Amino acid sequence: MTFSAELEARLADMVKRYPPGHLRGALVPMLLYIQDEVGAITEDVVQEVATRLQLTPLQVEEVVGYYSMLRRQPAGRHHVQVCTNISCLLRGGEKVWDHARRQLNLQHKETSPDGQFSLEEVECIGACSWAPAVQVGYDYYHEMSPEKFDELVEKLKNQ
Amino acid sequence: MPELVKLTIDGKEIEVPAGTLVINAARQVGIEIPAFCYYEGLALQAACRMCLVEVEKAPKLLTACTLPVAKDMIVRTETPQVAAARKGMLEFLLANHPLDCPVCDKGGECELQDMTFRYGAGESRFSEEKQHIEEQQWSPVVFFDRPRCILCFRCVRICNEGMGVAALGVINRGARSEIAPNKGDHLECDECGMCIDICPVGALTSGIYRYKTRPWEMEYAGTICTHCADGCKTTLSVRNGRVIRGNNRDHSGINGEFLCVKGRYAFDFLEHPERLHQPLVRRGVELQHASWKEAVALVAAKFNEVRERGGAFGVIGSARTTNEENFYLQKFARSWLNTNNIDHRRSGDVVALLDALAGLPGSLATTADVYHAGAVLIVGADLAQQHPLLSFQVRANVRHHGARVYVVHPHPQREDKVAAQVVRARGLAGIGQIREKLAGEQSLVVLFGEHIQGADVRRLVEMLPATARYVALVDYANSRGALDMGLLPDLLPGYQPAPAPGLSLQEMVGASLDVLWVVGANPLQGRARASGFLVVQELFLTETARQADVVFPAAAAYEKTGSFTNVCGEVQRLKKGPAVAGPKTDLEIMGLLARQMGHELAPPLPEAVFEEIRRSVAGYNIPYATFVTGAASATQYPNGPIARQGSSELIRSARDTLFTSGTLGRYCSVLNSVRERDLVRVEE
Ligand code: SF4
Ligand code: SF4
Ligand code: SF4
Ligand code: FES
Ligand code: FES
Repeated sequence: MTFSAELEARLADMVKRYPPGHLRGALVPMLLYIQDEVGAITEDVVQEVATRLQLTPLQVEEVVGYYSMLRRQPAGRHHVQVCTNISCLLRGGEKVWDHARRQLNLQHKETSPDGQFSLEEVECIGACSWAPAVQVGYDYYHEMSPEKFDELVEKLKNQ
Repeated sequence: MPELVKLTIDGKEIEVPAGTLVINAARQVGIEIPAFCYYEGLALQAACRMCLVEVEKAPKLLTACTLPVAKDMIVRTETPQVAAARKGMLEFLLANHPLDCPVCDKGGECELQDMTFRYGAGESRFSEEKQHIEEQQWSPVVFFDRPRCILCFRCVRICNEGMGVAALGVINRGARSEIAPNKGDHLECDECGMCIDICPVGALTSGIYRYKTRPWEMEYAGTICTHCADGCKTTLSVRNGRVIRGNNRDHSGINGEFLCVKGRYAFDFLEHPERLHQPLVRRGVELQHASWKEAVALVAAKFNEVRERGGAFGVIGSARTTNEENFYLQKFARSWLNTNNIDHRRSGDVVALLDALAGLPGSLATTADVYHAGAVLIVGADLAQQHPLLSFQVRANVRHHGARVYVVHPHPQREDKVAAQVVRARGLAGIGQIREKLAGEQSLVVLFGEHIQGADVRRLVEMLPATARYVALVDYANSRGALDMGLLPDLLPGYQPAPAPGLSLQEMVGASLDVLWVVGANPLQGRARASGFLVVQELFLTETARQADVVFPAAAAYEKTGSFTNVCGEVQRLKKGPAVAGPKTDLEIMGLLARQMGHELAPPLPEAVFEEIRRSVAGYNIPYATFVTGAASATQYPNGPIARQGSSELIRSARDTLFTSGTLGRYCSVLNSVRERDLVRVEE
């Protein structure tokens, strides 16, 4: 399996950052960047990463199953993550979450049939000071409310 | 020496080296801190929280299994708070645990049972229905019962770190975590059963033993594995005269907790339907059952007749019979049949090594040395396949002491993974490429296989530092003992020169001798007999036995008392496991023949012969107390030149894999059942 020239360069640089015998350390970032390009951690990706890092496929599976940010199925074009952890909860995060499910007609970890949206309820994303927070892809949206959520969805649809 | 640190555990003051973990420091003063996930020698995990202790000035309980001692630390291991924490942990562990102890294989030997008993977590507040998951079969020997698993990860670590196989992993997270095999729904691995052995509960069970018995209904005999030359101690669990389990129950012996698939499971040949139980005598063209009396009389008469007329005998011994039997056999042959035509199948050039080490005392490595040496050189042998224990020792050495490993072999090996340097070449040529590096190794152990033999052995010794210690790798459980006991045409026991050299094995099978006597070997595989009268002592009707005039059914090593000498020259005691009806030990058979022939050889009792060996064979004067307690004693070698006569010798390893064991392996259904059998091959 080969990736885009850009990603290949990134991966090549990455493995250089770990001392000999500790190549395994590159596993998580490698999976994340590959997921960004491929869309999901497919079986081929598992094999490929195992070969590159001299691991067994099972050793890669262990990590893929552990981290909820690593996905076996592709997410939607816009991956909407709503935080309902303590700070956000106290400031209405749960309402945003309920609203999001209704609005997008999706449940936790579901993707819309047209592949535009996917939804996920997540734990603290480190934006407590601006709770309740929502993350779409790598972008953050602060102090959310159901109304602001609708505006956000409209904006994303037109992107 | 690291500096000593003083601390107090449960009011007892102790001093231990800095860096010692509290759990181990406590052990030294007789305090056992309970632990599930901690396992000596494996990476720390701190998963189970059973080892929580109170440490003064620490705000909360700490895990003793990861806590290094500190100066003036005050530890309490049994306070009400600690007991409550342990009880709580047990309650969690038992929440979905099936509590099927009455039928679980581990019942009576289960660490979870013991802990629950000790901390009295006999009640559960968990009233939900338990989630049942069907048990899974991962291979012929490994079964997994998921609800019983307490996620201590010992199995994963022993397979990764100890075995270097990495066939087990843990997938998912939190409450959904589970142990998983490498091939989705099954395992492709060494089938060593180490994971089963190390599992503190009954989550991993063995296909051979499961649901067969309760541990307290068995008798135990700690003996030595009958397969490869490494000499692992294996405890046979016997019930009603049948062996139903093999493990190294008390972790004693040179192998500690280790056993490979053969030492653990390959005992089923004892009950193979083709096992011989009665002597066979050729009548016309057919081999027919005969009484012991008749068969012994027939052979004794023939032996006497040929002896009296000065006819030619040939004697082929075994690398799996005991030292006592080998010694007795060569004595029988030399002193009573008047022949030096005696040999066995040779698989490593021990003789050349001992000769080359003349003047270099203490240059044979022990099994423990392979674990302690600063560097290990492996030449011309697939260690992981052919010498599983030594391979385990090498990996442990790398993990615990950072040993440098050098691999010299034309083909990839498992040891490559832990090697400091790999040379893809054969024998001395390969060593030449790293000669300078090796010259700097002051604590070097050299393990060499068939690629180095004859004059090359001396060259090898001359190339390497004088402090190097060696192991000449040989194939079977008593290959080394057969050499030491003089199953050689030109050397007597202890490598003393025979007055006149006899015929070698290759010469004997081709020669038209009057009598060929084969004890526990299969030299006529794929060839027709050339001699007049053929006597065979065997467990099965092998290719050789099939051609015999008389076949005596022999007992297996697991049914014998006696001793074996392993690949490192360490002598260990065999303890008889099950009793046999029908077959007799090779020593008994030889004794019967001697008596019938009217010859009073020494009494054919293992103890008596062993005494004679201790007295008369150079290097075997080992401490009797060590021997009888089942520990290994290193033998000494002559430390002088060995006079070879005649040169026709073929040294060749049978290149067994983990799943084969010469002719014997063909009768082990467990070995034949594992699918890996077809995947592995030992490359020349
Ligand atoms: S049997 Fe041995 S090799 Fe196979 S999974 Fe268990 S520990 Fe690993
Ligand atoms: S299977 Fe046994 S050894 Fe492995 S994690 Fe579970 S309890 Fe521990
Ligand atoms: S390593 Fe050798 S001696 Fe040890 S159990 Fe395996 S076959 Fe037997
Ligand atoms: S709790 Fe939502 S961002 Fe921290
Ligand atoms: S033994 Fe310390 S946490 Fe398991």
